[in-house]
Amino acid sequence: MIDEKLIAKITAEVLRRLNAAGTPISSGTGTVSRRLQAGDGVLPDLTAPESKAEITLEHMVNRDLMEQMKRKTPARIGIGSAGPRMNTRTYLTLRADHAGARDAVFRDVDEALLREMGLFTVQSLCTSRNEHPTRPDLGRQLSEDTRRELRSKCQMNPQVQVYAADGLSSQAVDMNLRDILPALMDGLQDYGISTGTPFFMRFGRVPAMDAVSEYLGAEVTCVLLGERPGLATANSMSAYIAYKAAVGMTEARRTVVSNIHSGGIPAVEAGAHIAGLLKTILERKQSGVDLQL
Amino acid sequence: MILKTKLAGRVYEFRSVKEVMAKANELKSGDVLAGLAAGSDSERVAAKEVLSNLLMSDLRNSPAVAYEKDDVTRMDQDGVDSAAYDRIKNWTVGEFREWLLSYDATEAAIKEIRKGLTAEMIAGAAKLMSSMDLVYAASKMRVESTCNTTAGRRGTFSTRLQPNHPTDDVEGITASLFEGLSYGSGDMLIGLNPVNDSSASCGEILRRFDEVKNRWQIPTQICVLAHITTQMEAVRRGAPTDMIFQSIAGSQKGNEAFGFTTDTVREAQVLLKERGTAKGPNVMYFETGQGSELSSDSHFGTDQVTMEARCYAYAKQFDPFMVNTVVGFIGPEYLYDSKQVLRAGLEDHFMGKLTGIPMGCDCCYTNHMQADQNDLEILTLMLGAAGCNYVIGVPASDDVMLNYQSNAYQDAAAVREILGLHPIREFEQWLERVGIMENGKLTSLAGDPTIFTERRGGLG
Repeated sequence: MIDEKLIAKITAEVLRRLNAAGTPISSGTGTVSRRLQAGDGVLPDLTAPESKAEITLEHMVNRDLMEQMKRKTPARIGIGSAGPRMNTRTYLTLRADHAGARDAVFRDVDEALLREMGLFTVQSLCTSRNEHPTRPDLGRQLSEDTRRELRSKCQMNPQVQVYAADGLSSQAVDMNLRDILPALMDGLQDYGISTGTPFFMRFGRVPAMDAVSEYLGAEVTCVLLGERPGLATANSMSAYIAYKAAVGMTEARRTVVSNIHSGGIPAVEAGAHIAGLLKTILERKQSGVDLQL
Repeated sequence: MILKTKLAGRVYEFRSVKEVMAKANELKSGDVLAGLAAGSDSERVAAKEVLSNLLMSDLRNSPAVAYEKDDVTRMDQDGVDSAAYDRIKNWTVGEFREWLLSYDATEAAIKEIRKGLTAEMIAGAAKLMSSMDLVYAASKMRVESTCNTTAGRRGTFSTRLQPNHPTDDVEGITASLFEGLSYGSGDMLIGLNPVNDSSASCGEILRRFDEVKNRWQIPTQICVLAHITTQMEAVRRGAPTDMIFQSIAGSQKGNEAFGFTTDTVREAQVLLKERGTAKGPNVMYFETGQGSELSSDSHFGTDQVTMEARCYAYAKQFDPFMVNTVVGFIGPEYLYDSKQVLRAGLEDHFMGKLTGIPMGCDCCYTNHMQADQNDLEILTLMLGAAGCNYVIGVPASDDVMLNYQSNAYQDAAAVREILGLHPIREFEQWLERVGIMENGKLTSLAGDPTIFTERRGGLG
């Protein structure tokens, strides 16, 4: 049963408080107080955490509660609206985050970075940036030429083969590779583990590591790969690791370290962690769900 | 049965009804990935032409998966009313399309014919329709369902409030929930996608939803979209829920890949009858999406539109309160860009309504697709015009748990005003009493989640 009296009381009380607080009931649009303050002739970055933490709702019954609520979720609440639509700032922040995520997917990894890291590039069977998201089947396969190139340029039968791939975020590679790769390779060297020749795979999907493992005869294979961007970050990288990976094996045989980015596990730290994990996998001779850590 | 036609002097020949059905689809990356799509635009139109001349009985006799090895096919075929089927079995698919669009096809007439249809016939009609055909035909059909309240009445446009949180923090979820309610969202359902698929966590969130629903006397439904077996376990341990949810596929093999069988769903229905908190009779919630069968290799060489129609035939067996396609979630390998998502959204809604299920849509996109906010809003408006039962609502379009974009709480509010639609009547009256809505518009209190958090005393 709906208690009409109670609800009427609630409404009356809310309206009374709003009036008592001296706040007008009709919402003003585009008031000067809501305008962003520019410093040094530059508008503030809409995508910055402090900008997103701001409450842009103009009138509320209880500001303390609103602030508490806002701290409890990264969801975009307390934003207010223009009629039934989003405020300009809310809308443009959303568009800015989406644009960042898209740019991370639909561009190539920085060539200069790959040169600096001394990595040569091979490509999956995908032929273009636009084909890559639609053909995961091609992104896991390598041509006969690519296999020959890998065999001619890489050290065969290493204990651990490490390589990088763009996956669904080239930006994640750009942002993390410079830190994670040396940390990982140094860590493996310290453990006395023999490593193969690292390289970069363009248009690469996770299961391509199974083909790499077979061609190079690696005991353990580890790919550092860009993850599908969310609005929160487009920089997230994961490491997928498998013991004696083979084409057609189950996904359950992969061990994953995810959320590698400045706001998650920082790349240097992740590199050291993964080196330790690879050592354990070599010792136990298993990976994925079989590996009870 | 003729499987051959000529277009501009060139002969196109197809080997089977299944091949005709697949190649008659508008271009979808999932059909290309499956190796089933037409090789050219001309071949696509040739397939449509051949399809339009097949008989409805040809489609009934060519189910996508064999009767003997698939319970979706068996339930769909066994449910056909022979009197209704006899009326249409000798129509061509092209004639069926024209009948649906004609003034003879009133809502009541479609209701009668519906009893004689199988999923393959429904998919066949969709393949011959343009965007506006899909909207126009769907707009004739309303499918009502009742859980605590009744949804789907002509003139209503509802929302599922989806207050997801990246760690299932109950206070964070509640904050998003109040934000949504304050925009008039949630008349269809307050429903969360959990991160943690445990019955304890599912129960904890359900108890909070139940508490909010009761304390504020909100005429709506609640559900936590964990795996079906997790929800059942939570209910057995005393958790309050109005509905049980499950993602479904268009083949038995696909459903097994989702980790359930038809017996599981029947068991859930019985459990809800005994222990659920809703009046009913409609207490099931299903989600679908073109391409999910291909992703679990359970499509049996069938195109994704036909497999999607089979999901609806399956859903219908359980008299659900709500069913929605999560149209842009699956990714660009199945629906490449906004053009393909728009098409799929309109197809899915039309096919669901023709099947006779209470169809809604999660209008959405992921960040690796060629689509953005503008496309999502166009689909939402078109579905509003088509009479779609409901869409989703999340804070400012950003789902911080599932990492995709769906409708903002603000979207349904605007669609209602533009098209003269309303929330479910009892829910609208509640919004009016709380002071959030007045004369079909949001008031200046709308958007303030703190109106729901006052302590007892002044505010109950």
